[in-house]
Order: sequence, then structure tokens, then C-alpha cells
Amino acid sequence: MAERYKIAIVGSGPGGKSAAARAAELGVSHVLLEASPYLSYTIYRYQKGKHVMDEPGVLPLRSPLAFKAGTREAILDAWNEGIEKLKTNVKFSHEVSGIAKAGNGFVITCTNGTTFESDYVVMGIGLQGNIRKLGVPGEDLPYVQYQLDDPDEYEGETIVVVGAGDAAIENAVALAKQNNVIIINRKDEFGRAKKGNEAAILKAIDDGLIECYYNSAPERVDQLPQTARKRMRMILATQNGKAQILCDRIIGRLGATAPRGFVEACGVQFPNKDPASVPAISPQYESNVKGLYIVGALGGYPLIKQAMNQGYEVVEYILGNTVEPADEPLLRDKFKAMPGFTNVTAALEKVQKNVRLLSHITPLQLREFMIDSDIRVPNAGDKICERNDYTNTFFSIVEGEVHIVIDKDKKVTLRKGEFFGEMSLISGRRRSATVLAGNNCVLIETPRRSMNKLIASVEAVKREIDKVFIARAIQSRFAPEASYEQISDIVESAKITRYRAGDMVFTEGEIGDCLHLVRVGSLTISRNIGGKEVILSYVPAGNYVGEMAMLGENKRSASARAAIATETIRLDGDAFKRLVQRNPVLRLRLQAEYSKRTAANLAMQAMPSGGDIISFLIQQGAGEATDILLIDEDLCVRCDNCEKACAETHGGTSRLRREAGPTFASVHVPTSCRHCEHPHCMKDCPPDAIHRAPNGEVFIQDNCIGCGNCERNCPYGVIKLASKPPKKPGLLQWLLFGAGSGPGEAPYKKKKVKEGEAAPEKKAVKCDMCKDLPGGAACVRACPTGAAIRISPEEFPSYAQSRR
Amino acid sequence: MHQSFLTHANKRYLWVGLILLLGALIAYFWHDPIGPPNGGTWLGYTLGSIGALLIFWLMAFGIRKRTYSNRVGSLRGWLSAHVYLGTALLLVALLHTGFQFGWNLHTLAFTLMTLVIFSGFFGVFAYLRYPNLMTRNRDNATRAAMLDEIYELDQNALALADGIDPKIHAIVLRSIERTRLGGGVWSLVAARDDSDSALAGARKMLEARDKKGGQPLTGEPQTKDMPTMFAMVDFLAGKADDRQAEALRKLIDILSRKKSLATRVARDIQFQSLMELWLYFHVPLSFALLAALTGHILVVFFYW
Repeated sequence: MAERYKIAIVGSGPGGKSAAARAAELGVSHVLLEASPYLSYTIYRYQKGKHVMDEPGVLPLRSPLAFKAGTREAILDAWNEGIEKLKTNVKFSHEVSGIAKAGNGFVITCTNGTTFESDYVVMGIGLQGNIRKLGVPGEDLPYVQYQLDDPDEYEGETIVVVGAGDAAIENAVALAKQNNVIIINRKDEFGRAKKGNEAAILKAIDDGLIECYYNSAPERVDQLPQTARKRMRMILATQNGKAQILCDRIIGRLGATAPRGFVEACGVQFPNKDPASVPAISPQYESNVKGLYIVGALGGYPLIKQAMNQGYEVVEYILGNTVEPADEPLLRDKFKAMPGFTNVTAALEKVQKNVRLLSHITPLQLREFMIDSDIRVPNAGDKICERNDYTNTFFSIVEGEVHIVIDKDKKVTLRKGEFFGEMSLISGRRRSATVLAGNNCVLIETPRRSMNKLIASVEAVKREIDKVFIARAIQSRFAPEASYEQISDIVESAKITRYRAGDMVFTEGEIGDCLHLVRVGSLTISRNIGGKEVILSYVPAGNYVGEMAMLGENKRSASARAAIATETIRLDGDAFKRLVQRNPVLRLRLQAEYSKRTAANLAMQAMPSGGDIISFLIQQGAGEATDILLIDEDLCVRCDNCEKACAETHGGTSRLRREAGPTFASVHVPTSCRHCEHPHCMKDCPPDAIHRAPNGEVFIQDNCIGCGNCERNCPYGVIKLASKPPKKPGLLQWLLFGAGSGPGEAPYKKKKVKEGEAAPEKKAVKCDMCKDLPGGAACVRACPTGAAIRISPEEFPSYAQSRR
Repeated sequence: MHQSFLTHANKRYLWVGLILLLGALIAYFWHDPIGPPNGGTWLGYTLGSIGALLIFWLMAFGIRKRTYSNRVGSLRGWLSAHVYLGTALLLVALLHTGFQFGWNLHTLAFTLMTLVIFSGFFGVFAYLRYPNLMTRNRDNATRAAMLDEIYELDQNALALADGIDPKIHAIVLRSIERTRLGGGVWSLVAARDDSDSALAGARKMLEARDKKGGQPLTGEPQTKDMPTMFAMVDFLAGKADDRQAEALRKLIDILSRKKSLATRVARDIQFQSLMELWLYFHVPLSFALLAALTGHILVVFFYW
């Protein structure tokens, strides 16, 4: 007979643990099931002494367990102490393999064979998933490990690394310095890894530093007797039969199984296939399975404090208590500005009633959405956003109206329930128009990340935004004077098409039957001249290509290729031709653009080497840049004053490396931030600390928690984690007394951090284009010879021409 | 786009410098002092004051360069002005002297100033010439990458040599030990790397062997300056078979590649040191000038 509890909690992360502690505090029967032998295994595995932060600072903590920013050790100690004091019922090493509904409750089975019964289940298993093990006999032997803290710990061993991802490669390369390393790759290449890592491992294999078994998989691991020279023997299935490796240590880096499959098997539904989506849950954190609650990252709350609050609240909800959600005071503060505000619930209802786009989402999603958003009540005539700003927030109109300024005397009015700002959100480029507030205007301003999260998790929201985007893009680009009815047939026939970097959108010489409006990413236009592809121009998002074939010429006069991952709106040729016929102004405009482009293309064709510079820059990923640092190596005297200036104006750490990076025709692309249109670093930032300033600078705010996601996500390696260096002495103090390091000098090496001492708090740092300093980027300003400049991709053609 | 400090702002400071020059020249020839032209006339004092102020301002460049948050003009603009006005100073100071020189503090100050300015001229020359040479020499690699490759080639050469004969191994090892990049000022500037002794030896042996149509050589010493080669030649003459000859050819390929890399690294270091070296004269001399100038001004006022 299985033990029965009121609440079974799966996973002892911040959310689950907090729920269990609350249940223990209230004397409710409960069990906390943890797969690993430790509480909060994800945090347990953080490196020693790591500083854990407690963002968001404004949110009050509501949990029987203590939590405030500090070292990993201090936080874990406090939790363990709390769990012990409250006599929480924890079962370690109980990995749950299934949760099934049974009568009024659930039956929970574990991989070790035990089963539990409960009335309610709280799932707090996070998004990290379970570490994938070797999956063969011997996978749990001592010296078979799935993590590597410090590669320098090992010396003179024979180590087998299993895996072909970034983690495996980084470990293998680091270990190879002092050990004999063998890497096992299931496939015949390292295609999954970042470019830099792939190059590093291939070189190490070429040089014989690392031995690699391709197309191979482990079959069995045996422990050898102590008298043997090696500790273990691994039997390997390779293409050419079996192989045997004698080794001291095996490190498996096979990634993790996403928890989604498990969660779905429990009956919980996900809104769509997007891997970023999380299950929809009620305001009480209940999933579509009655009695099964979800807390923490899996429920869409990735931060420790949020999850702990949820753990507390979920127990209260299960007991039938009403608790004011911890975010209630925050929401109240937000809504206070709204005219006619009475209480938060009423305000939320009003928002959903008035804004159709937001009526598709659950109340809990709306709460979270509103926490991230701001309510704005501008006066009539106030500027809400300005044309050419780089801001990327999204606006929904709750009440009143706004005016979009098309030109001096033409305005378009948007009313209650509509939204705007989707252009910059999707294309990652500057605002296409200035927007002024109208009468009685109440707006919700939502940051990019929250909006993208919503688009990713609610299909209806995505559909609606896409539809409006297409219509507005066509109208603003081609027919501002036409009414919506006039362009409706072309809007209906428009399709969103996606291209990967390097894909052909159309090829020179083929019959052109459509026009492409670039929505995300950018294209290069090239012609085949003497058997060589010569790049003629660069087309950023917001512009169109293929109009030449619409104006008489049938064949494409040049090829268009996606410079980076790109989305275009494909407009049907016939529908477009009809629009042109109806609209003589458009015809004239297209012809003007046509002759301008032809002239520009001819100019570029006259100097084919110019195209080479552009294609070199595109190869360096400059196609997705908005602002890139280039150094003319014919002017650069290698004084590194740019790096020094960067360090001196940014708390002592330079955010650029001058020497690193490729060079072509004396144009050097140093390792420094390009402020991408769709910054890779923003992709997965738990505290949402990375933002884009109005002038386009992508910067990291102080609420960074130092998790390193952005560093890993940046394909250009321009982000690093750094701690604050010691303060520098003044110029005279340094000159006369030698007090500390001088201007431009790196800080003197500190002695090694002592055992037990907290490691210094590290945060991610990157180029912010000196947005807080007047006069522009310090690297460019500090270049004595004029070698360093910053330009945007739109300037590439003229840049290429300036360098003939 | 990119713009050199010499052409900064349409050569604004070139024109400022030229106007200063022209003004000083006109004033000098127009002025008719009592006695010969000298520093004690009103024009002398004026030119002297301009010169002294210029020197103070030119030296402030060092501070401006190090105050990275300073927003007064760009550093390129400052350097442009530093170069053109510094050049103009030469004539301003010369006219200030009225061509009166002697074995005294005043002439010492003038001499130091001249040295500072001419070392600066070399700096301008270096800044214009070496960046391009350096880029071409690097051929897209970083210095660290080249050094890494040299290290690898060394290891490969050793492994190969080991398979041929212990004696050849010893020669290659000695050559590796003798490869020295960087070092004292002279070796930096002369771009010496001493990496080719083994290469020369191995190549000579192979040529000698080929001349004999693959037949073992009879031992005439081929090199005078590399006594260790005798052993190598003897070895090849005596017992080298085809496999060893093949390995030796490979060894030569590796050593050649290494040689060219080592030369490139040495040249890279040479260019960089030339771009930095002149500052070790320019800056200390300018401080000496400051001291001499202070003395010069004090003395002049003392005897007033």
C-alpha cells in the first residue's frame, strides 16, 4: 500500500521546496520528491562561491524559507536549515517517472519502484530537465561524471568525454592541457557546436591533442581491479566494429532531456510546439489537469524569488485560502495612474475587455504581462515614440486614441483596442513613425521580451499581430494614400516566407512573379559577373526587393540572398501590378527608386573589390548588426588606446578586443558588440536585464544576475562576466606615489582568492556604445590616428566605395 | 569613414600651423629691433611666450590621452593639432632665438626642443608607414596564433627528426632552443630570430645527396660555420636510406614553414617596437625640455 499524502511536491527547486516548507509549517501532510541526493540540485551544481542574486528587488519574499542575495553556500545552508527546522518530509533520490490521475487524487510512481498517492500534486521541476546519462551499464560508476567544475583539477589522467555539443567540446579542450583526452561523437561532425568551439576541437584533433571517435557510441563501462593501470574500461561501438578504451575518468556531456515529454505524459497541455512555450496555468497555478499545480520556471516564473512566492501561494490555494498574490501591490501601483481605478481585478478585466489582442490570454498570463508592462497616461499631443528611435516596446491602447504621423499634414488615428509598435518589435529596426497621444489616451507599454514571450506562447496573439503587420507594412511602404479596401486583395495574397542565412530569395535571370518586403533580417543583392558573385548592395529590414521585375522587365536582373536568418512578406506579382496600375503615384515612386538603385548598382559594379568588402563584412555577421566597430589597419598603430579607453570609462573592463578578429583588405573587424537587430544576448535573460536604448545601444542593466546565458548565446563572443576591479588612484597620485595602477593600465594582479572566501560578484559586461557619455563611443574618440570608426550596415556600400 | 590624423577636419591644424608660421616670419622680417634680433626684444618675448605656451600645451597631450572620459575634442583632433603645431613650434622658437646660440642653458633648451620635435617626426613617419607593413606581414593571423603554430611546427619537427636519427634530433632541438623572438632593444629592432641554422644544414645535406644521384656521400664538410652539421652530413653520407631522405625532405618543409613564420613574427615585433620605441625618446626628452625651459625662463627673469 502506497503512502498517501494531501500534497505531493515533485522537484525541490525554490518553488517546490518553498511549497513543502509552507505545508510543513501549516501541518499539512505532504511529501517532497527530489530526484537527486540534494535539495535544489540546479543551484547545488552552481560553481563554488557563486554569487546568487535576488532579483526582482521590488518583489517582497513570501516563504517560510529565507532567501537573500549571497553566495551559493549561504543560500543553500539557509534553505537546508529551514527545511530541517520545519521538519519537512523530503525523499531524496526519488526520481518521479509518472503522475497519473486516480480517483480523487494522483498516483505517483518513481524510477526506484516506490509509489505515492496524494490528493494534489505540485510540479516544480523547472526547465533544465534531467541530465542525460550514458544510458549504458556502468553509467553510475564512480569516476563517471556528468559535470566538470574545474578542468585544472585533473592532471595526467586519461579522460573520455562523451558528447559533441559546446559543453563537451569546452571540457575536452580545457582538459587536454594536462590530460590525455578522448572525445566520443555519435555523428561524423561537430555541427551542433558554436563555430569557435567547432574550430577549436577540430584543430585539437588535427594536432593530435585529442583523439576522436566519430560515429561511435559507448556500449558498456566496466570498473577494473585496483591493481590495473587504469580505473575503467569503456567498450565502444564504432563504424568498424567494437573498440575498447582504458581510462581513468569519463565525463558525459550529453545535454538534458527537456521535461516537456514528461509533463505532457502527465496530461498537461502546452499551447503550441514552440520549445519556449510553457503550459497555461490558472491564476491559482492550476494546470488543465484538475489538482495538478505548476510552479517555478515551468510555470513561466524563472526567478528564484518568484518561484518561492508561488510555492507558498500554491499551498494556500490548495487549502482553499485566498491570498493576495505577492504582485498585487505592484499591480496596484501600476494601475493607480489609470483614470477610474478601483481595484486590480476590475482594472485587469477592463484591459481584457478593451484590448482584443489581450483577450486571448489567461488571467495569470495577463498579470505577469502587466507586471512587466507600464501604464502610460499621456496628455493629448505628447510624443509616445519618435521616428528613428531604436526603442522596441509594444503599445496597446486601452482607452482614447493616438495619432501616427505619416508626414507633416497626414496622420492616421488608432483607437481603443488597437495596438502599435509591432514594426520595431518584429524587424528590430528603428521606429518607422512618430506617434502622438490623442484625447483621454491610456496605453500599456510592454517590453520586447514580454511581448515576444506572449507571441511565442499564444498562437492567437501571433496570428493577429502578423496580420496587422502585413497590412500596415504594405500600406506604409507602397500605398499610404490608398485605403485598406484598395489594398485588401494584395494583403490577402501576401505570405510570410522564411529564409536561413545564405538562402536564395530569387536568382538572377529567373522570371519574377513576386515582390519581397523584408520584415526581419536583411538581404544582399548580387550579380554574377565573370563567374563570380559580386555583391552590389545590402537591403535591411523595412525595404523591398524585386520591384524591377514588376516594372516591365520580367526577368530578375540580380540575385537576392538572405544575409542572416530572414523573413520576408512575399507579395503576389499580379495583385501588385494591379495596385500599381490603379495608383500612378506608386508607379512614379517605384520608378524613382528603380533608377536610383540601378545607378548605385552600376557604381558598385564598376569596382568589384567594393563588393568583396561587403561580402567579407556580411560573412562576419555584420548583416545583423546595427552598429559595428571597424578598424583600418593601415591607420591603426596598435597602441590599444581603444581598449584602454573602453576599460577606463567602463569600470575597468574593456568590452572590446582589438587584435582578435579577421581582416580583409586592411579592414579589421575586432571582437566587439555589433548591437544586433535581434540581439542574441537578449534571448534568455532571466531578470530581463538586457535592453535597447533609443539610439540603438544594446546594454546590460545593473539587475544582471550573472548567470552567463548572454555570454553563451552571443555568437560573436563579445560578452564576458567580470567583477569590479579595485579603484584607481588619481593621475598625480599614480605619477608621484605609484599608488595603484595608472591610467590605461590593467589593475595589478590581486592575490588568489583564499579558500572559503566568497568569490567576487560577477556580472555580464558588454559594449553599451558609451550611451551615458556625451560625444560618442570612447573607443573611437580615443583613437589617435583615426583608424577606428563605427558604422551601420546601411553605410556598407558607401564605405566600400570609400576604400577603393 | 576612416580619416587619418593628418587630414583631420580638412587639415584644419595644418592651416593654423601655417598661419602661425607665416605670422611669425612676417613679424620677424618686419621688426627692426635695436641691435640684432634676440629673445629680449618685444617680438622675442612675444615669440618666446607663444613657444612656451605651445610647449606646455603640447605636453598636455600626454594628459589628454590618458583622461579617457575627457570630451574636449577627439584624440585624433588633438594629435593632428599636436603634430602640426609642434612642427610650427620649431620655427617659432628658432625666430625667438634670433639665431643666437652658445654653450648655455638657453641653447640647451632649444636643442632639447629640436630633439623632441625630430623624434616626433620619426613618430609620424612610423605611424604612416608601419601599420600597413604590419598588416601585410601578418596576413590575417594574430601574433599569438603565429607563435602557437611555431610551437606546433617545432613539436612536429622534433617528432620527425626523432624518427630519422638521434643526431638530427639533437640538431633540430638545438635550433629550437636557439630560436629567440624578442629580447633586447637591438634584437627587437633588427628582427633577428636565429631560427634557420637547422634548416640550412638539412637543406645542404639533401642537395649534396641529390647531386650524387642518391648515392651515399663521402664526407667532405659542407659548412664551415655550423660544426654540428658535420655530423649530419656524415650521417647522410654514410647510411641515409630513401625513407630517411624522404623524412628529411618533410623536415625541411616544416623547418621552412617555421622559418618563414618566425621571420614574420620577428618582423611583426620589429614594426610594433619601431612604432613604440621613438616614444621612449620623445617623452623623456620632452620632460628634460620642460626642466630646461623652466630654468631658461627663471634665468631670463633673474637677469632682467
